[in-house]
Amino acid sequence: MSSPTPNHDDVVHSEPFLRSLMRRQLALSIACAATFLVALLGLPLLNYFAPDFMATRVAGFTLSWLILGVLFFPFVWIISYVFIKRSLRLEEAEVQELRR
Amino acid sequence: MNLHLAFFGGVDPWIFTFSFITVAVTLWMGFRSAKTSKTASDFFVAGRSVSVGWNASAISGEYLSAASFMGIAGMVMSSGYDALWYPVCYACGYLFLLLFIAGPLRRFGAYTIPDFAEGRFDSPMFRKIAVCFVLFIGFFYTMPQMKGAGVTLAYIFPGLPYWVGVVLVGAVITLNVALGGMKGITLVQAVQYWIKLFAITVPVFVLMAVVGFYNGQVGANVAPGETATAASGIQASASPSTSIERKPLVAKAPADTAWIAPFGPLTTKAVNAAAAALPVEQRATFLTEHQKPYSLVYTYSLIIALVCGTAGLPHILVRFYTNPDGVAAKKTTMWVMILIGVFYVFPPVFGVIGRNLMPELYSGVGAKGTDKVVLELPTLISAKYGVVGSILSGITCAGAFAAFMSTFSGLLVSMTGALAHDVYGRMLRPKSSSAERMVAFKLAAILIGGVAVTLGCFVEPLEINFMVGQAFAIAAASYFPLLFMSVWWRGMTMKGAATGMLTGGLCALGAAALTNLGTLALDKGPMGKIFANFAPLNGYWAEHPLLRILCEQPAIWSVPLAITLMIVVSKATSDQVPADIRMKMLVLHAPEKLGLKQEYIQDHQAGAGH
Repeated sequence: MSSPTPNHDDVVHSEPFLRSLMRRQLALSIACAATFLVALLGLPLLNYFAPDFMATRVAGFTLSWLILGVLFFPFVWIISYVFIKRSLRLEEAEVQELRR
Repeated sequence: MNLHLAFFGGVDPWIFTFSFITVAVTLWMGFRSAKTSKTASDFFVAGRSVSVGWNASAISGEYLSAASFMGIAGMVMSSGYDALWYPVCYACGYLFLLLFIAGPLRRFGAYTIPDFAEGRFDSPMFRKIAVCFVLFIGFFYTMPQMKGAGVTLAYIFPGLPYWVGVVLVGAVITLNVALGGMKGITLVQAVQYWIKLFAITVPVFVLMAVVGFYNGQVGANVAPGETATAASGIQASASPSTSIERKPLVAKAPADTAWIAPFGPLTTKAVNAAAAALPVEQRATFLTEHQKPYSLVYTYSLIIALVCGTAGLPHILVRFYTNPDGVAAKKTTMWVMILIGVFYVFPPVFGVIGRNLMPELYSGVGAKGTDKVVLELPTLISAKYGVVGSILSGITCAGAFAAFMSTFSGLLVSMTGALAHDVYGRMLRPKSSSAERMVAFKLAAILIGGVAVTLGCFVEPLEINFMVGQAFAIAAASYFPLLFMSVWWRGMTMKGAATGMLTGGLCALGAAALTNLGTLALDKGPMGKIFANFAPLNGYWAEHPLLRILCEQPAIWSVPLAITLMIVVSKATSDQVPADIRMKMLVLHAPEKLGLKQEYIQDHQAGAGH
């Protein structure tokens, strides 16, 4: 691994590199998607099984209305912010590993 | 008032002026930018030099259509809580796009989904199949835009028939596109976003300052379990928040408890229709047994359609390539989510205030119904503040014009491109000259514009937002599985992808069409007569409410169906996986700094020419 240029290409085109690349990126995406899906798919379930709780008044809104109509948007912004930070760091790390 | 106004027959001069200025400015900007950039590559190169902020505004501007601007408010007013899923999922769908698709697709350098389909599977044949769905999704998407146009013009010019507005707006935009204007230039679309945001927020804040804020307006509706001393609705003095004035609801409006709570009129429609067909004594048991479980199915199917559909909209994905690099592309996506998220908080406010203060819209049908609440609501304050109400109403009309004009012209350009470039240029006359292709582009624009206008004339009884939801459902069952699976699974073959996409997409398309035909048959106006032959469908659905729900919201079965077919058929034809699949996957997933895209292009130069 002393002369980077020829070896570099071999590593890039190797099967293990592609596998680890896709696995790491997919793991990050799935983690973010899971957070999002738990909230998105969980809300109807809460509405279904705890209707009285979700009808609690919060400043005029019902709890369910407040979550869906207002709070959901900032929640998604946070997920996307975290994803972008991490995915950029991941790409940077991948490039660094190959240059080493 | 005076002679001049009498000539216009009740047209409010303020509303007319604002709308006219928006149309004129949009057309002028379209023509001006068309002069400066003639080719598609001009568009893309110019796009690459714009900043994250402008690009995010442009994507948002193209995305916010008549459904977002008028339809959501109308649907929240007519259906309440359940309709909130639409704005939330329209905005959150971008997260799926960001997490799974945007990055790899941009690295691959395919500008459109058909480009990607051809490049990923080395198959010009598959490109042709993929192109069909640009047209299918496009037509479902243009119908609600046309309804938006018809409703708005019928509001500005009282007495004008709905179809005249559709034909007029359709013709103007079609001619504009055919003559080369409105090429979806970044600047025009970006400005459109800010017009729309301005046009929704300013009236909403003025209105709320006058009649009471969002939370108070929601609070004036009695939730389940609360004591309903204000059930008559005349004066909500005893409801959770006082001081909010309400007008009595009309007979057609849903009751407070059904409206404010989940599983309301939108998701229980099919079960209620089924119950109405039963003998009286069985109704109560039928409802308690089926109403809530079936609405849960409806809700989940709707969520799947909207979230997956956003990630498969052909006219949105194109814009991700106008970023200089991957970092900018990701930041752009985040800003898009923020920009459209901020916008989507406000349309439901119109729906809520409309329910409390303009309940007469519930009795209106078609162009006179709840879909026009955004346009008409600001006139409420005319009594107190005179001309301010008209000015605000003019502003929302201008926003509505910006909404359906930008989306319709964007769709028209992409559909015309598909027809002229792929169908004519590659399939019918591959050897045609560039002058012939220009003529083909113009004819295709007029043809598609004509079909869109014709379809638009039929859909007056359907809700704007509902129709856009159907376009999303078709995209979710066709393009989303294609993109998702081809990006993350290397075992996909062309045959697997094509089988899954065609079956899923066509099933969703058929289900959506059947639903619309059934609804049109119920209409009491002229459409009911035209579509009377489809009335037996409704009888069948009354006996099988679950089938009706699965037909109205097909995503819950069509998306898994498409993905399963893709896996099964790909496994069966696994010897046909493209030979250089590892290289393709590397280009999709490796960081751009490694420069693999360049390598790939050199490898492929002898291959399929562009």
